Amino acid sequence: MPEQPRIERTHADRIQSERPMIEIRSVTRSYGAFRALDDASLTIREGEFFSLLGPSGCGKTTLLRMIAGFDNPTSGSIAVGGQSMEGIPANRRPTNMVFQSYAIFPHLNVEQNVAYGLKRLKLRGGEEKRRVEEALAQVSLTGLGKRLATELSGGQRQRVALARALVMRPKVLLLDEPLSALDKKLREQMQVELRRLQQAVGITFVLVTHDQYEALAMSDRIAVMFGGKIAQVASPKEIYQRPVNRQVADFLGGMNFVKAEIVEENGASLIVDTLGFGRIKTDKPKAFVRNGGGATLGIRPERLRVLWDNATAKFEVAGKVVERHYFGEITHLIVEIPGLEKPLSVTETNDFGADDIPVGTSIRLAYDPEALVAMAD
Amino acid sequence: MTVAAEGLPPLRTTRARRNALLQSEPVQGFALISPTLLYALILLVLPILVVIAHSFWTQHYLTIDRTFTLENYRVALTEPIYRDLLWRSLYISLTVSLFTVVLAYPIAYFISFHGGRHKSLWLFLITIPFWTSYLLRVMSWKVILGYNGVLNSGLMGLGIIDEPSTALLYNSSAVIITLTHAWAAFAILPIFVSLEKVDRTLVEAATDLGDDPLRSFLRVTLPLSAPGIISAALIVMIPTVGDYVTPKLVGGKDGVMIANTIQAQFGKAANWPLGAALSVTTMLIVSLMAGATVLIIRTLQRMAR
Ligand SMILES: Nc1ncnc2c1ncn2[C@@H]1O[C@H](COP(=O)(O)OP(=O)(O)OP(=O)(O)O)[C@@H](O)[C@H]1O
Ligand SMILES: [Mg+2]
Repeated sequence: MPEQPRIERTHADRIQSERPMIEIRSVTRSYGAFRALDDASLTIREGEFFSLLGPSGCGKTTLLRMIAGFDNPTSGSIAVGGQSMEGIPANRRPTNMVFQSYAIFPHLNVEQNVAYGLKRLKLRGGEEKRRVEEALAQVSLTGLGKRLATELSGGQRQRVALARALVMRPKVLLLDEPLSALDKKLREQMQVELRRLQQAVGITFVLVTHDQYEALAMSDRIAVMFGGKIAQVASPKEIYQRPVNRQVADFLGGMNFVKAEIVEENGASLIVDTLGFGRIKTDKPKAFVRNGGGATLGIRPERLRVLWDNATAKFEVAGKVVERHYFGEITHLIVEIPGLEKPLSVTETNDFGADDIPVGTSIRLAYDPEALVAMAD
Repeated sequence: MTVAAEGLPPLRTTRARRNALLQSEPVQGFALISPTLLYALILLVLPILVVIAHSFWTQHYLTIDRTFTLENYRVALTEPIYRDLLWRSLYISLTVSLFTVVLAYPIAYFISFHGGRHKSLWLFLITIPFWTSYLLRVMSWKVILGYNGVLNSGLMGLGIIDEPSTALLYNSSAVIITLTHAWAAFAILPIFVSLEKVDRTLVEAATDLGDDPLRSFLRVTLPLSAPGIISAALIVMIPTVGDYVTPKLVGGKDGVMIANTIQAQFGKAANWPLGAALSVTTMLIVSLMAGATVLIIRTLQRMAR
């Protein structure tokens, strides 16, 4: 697959370095016989917006709390900024946390909340006040300093929690599902703001989320977790386009799976035979384990395009529409392909009338063979 | 509207109105509390009114002169004996509340923060002393503090003192010790409840922002449990000012409190108006003291920021 030019995130790239900020080495956290985290290893780089993504109960919070120091690994080690965190209590770690419930002190007003951690530092000559104002400005809360926590909206509380952590100028900011309590619109707005804020301050952000779109939209890199194990660590694009296994592929949106026979395996590529798509040459995934002579290929629904009228494409499959689902700007078509055991799911924008294709119509679909990726089962 | 209402048979109108009345929330609320309300009115408010009325009258041997006078209040506030008793009662009750709260807080804290799955068991254990009569518990303090008591023999056995001390029993300290023990459970419960309400992530947030355990306790847990401290202090302070049994049993001559005198005025001394004036004075001063306590704790809470 050719390297595509990266035009987005140039700013982040400038701040980001290759230096490791958090090093997690074979960390396991057991509760009795149950392993909430199982031999997880991970390196998070300095200045990176990193997301831990996975379904409920996969151990994201457990890992985050161990980085913060609220919990300790049963085995393995965690280092932050090159320093081992073993035996260092939460209050002396160079990390700060934004809690899911925000944990705003109810007996203090906004200013006092933000200044909470600074009080101990005994800053001189109005420095404390200046930093509080600065932090409040960063999260657009200027002027609300005297409000009590009870007088704030959910979004505002979230900003207070952010300001309170940022004002400490931590090396790492940890965020445990910070947006999950907000409504959809506010959540999308905050995603943009959080990303912008992270680029402005250049602090390493570690975000926990179970929302794949949130992770894809905000992160430099994502670790996808299942059942206490880290399945894949890569950029959003890589994770979305080249998931290492079916589980990761499924978690990050729809994926059509196609069974294939391996014809040839060499170095970095695979040549496979499929029933619907014919013979395909594809990149071999890094951790590819050959499972007999079979392999699984996956193609995202939006990488299949409807061919209108007499249009032709170099690579196409023919089939019959069996279901149609309308979603406003897009339509989902379920298309039966002779030879494939499961019909393909196709996402098509509605600008050319995909929402008008009657069920039962025979259509042809164009695809790019590079969009078919091999993965472990 | 009026025309339509006039057209209806009167009976139905009243019934409809009664139903509406019965379904309104304030009325239902009153209906629910009315037994208690009546009970409180008859047994609490009325007697207090009678006492207040008496305090303005004068006792003439067996009859009561009902002309208005402030003489009883003058006696209550200026006669050294009553003034001293009042001061002592206030001192004892304040000290008892302070000790009780200070001793109860760590227990409540332990149960709430480290009680784990056994919280209810711990609370249950705390109520066990109440299975015996209060008199019995006071008597057991007599056994501990007495001339031949547990404490004296213990201290003598250890060679710390040569002969039994008489300083332990029959004075205000004995009253304070006994009352502090007796009221501990009543202070533990409200403090426990307010600690239970403290969101644990707030303590974590404080730690995350750099506080060591002591600091996060002083800056978050303690201020947020202030309501519990206030109720505990008041629950102990108000009744102990007027305690009568404890000083009578362990207080001796030096531990007499205002309630003992009030009892005497209504009993042997047969001066109801003076007893009434002493009661009303005590009541007012306790209210003031309670108010002051609330203010002080609130101020301390604000200062903790
Ligand atoms: N104190 C505990 N005792 C036993 N098991 C626990 C404990 N804390 C967490 N677990 C288990 O560890 C697993 C991981 O929990 P964790 O809170 O990290 O999940 P998560 O990925 O953050 O999920 P969510 O998205 O629901 O917050 C869960 O299965 C949970 O039941
Ligand atoms: Mg979680």
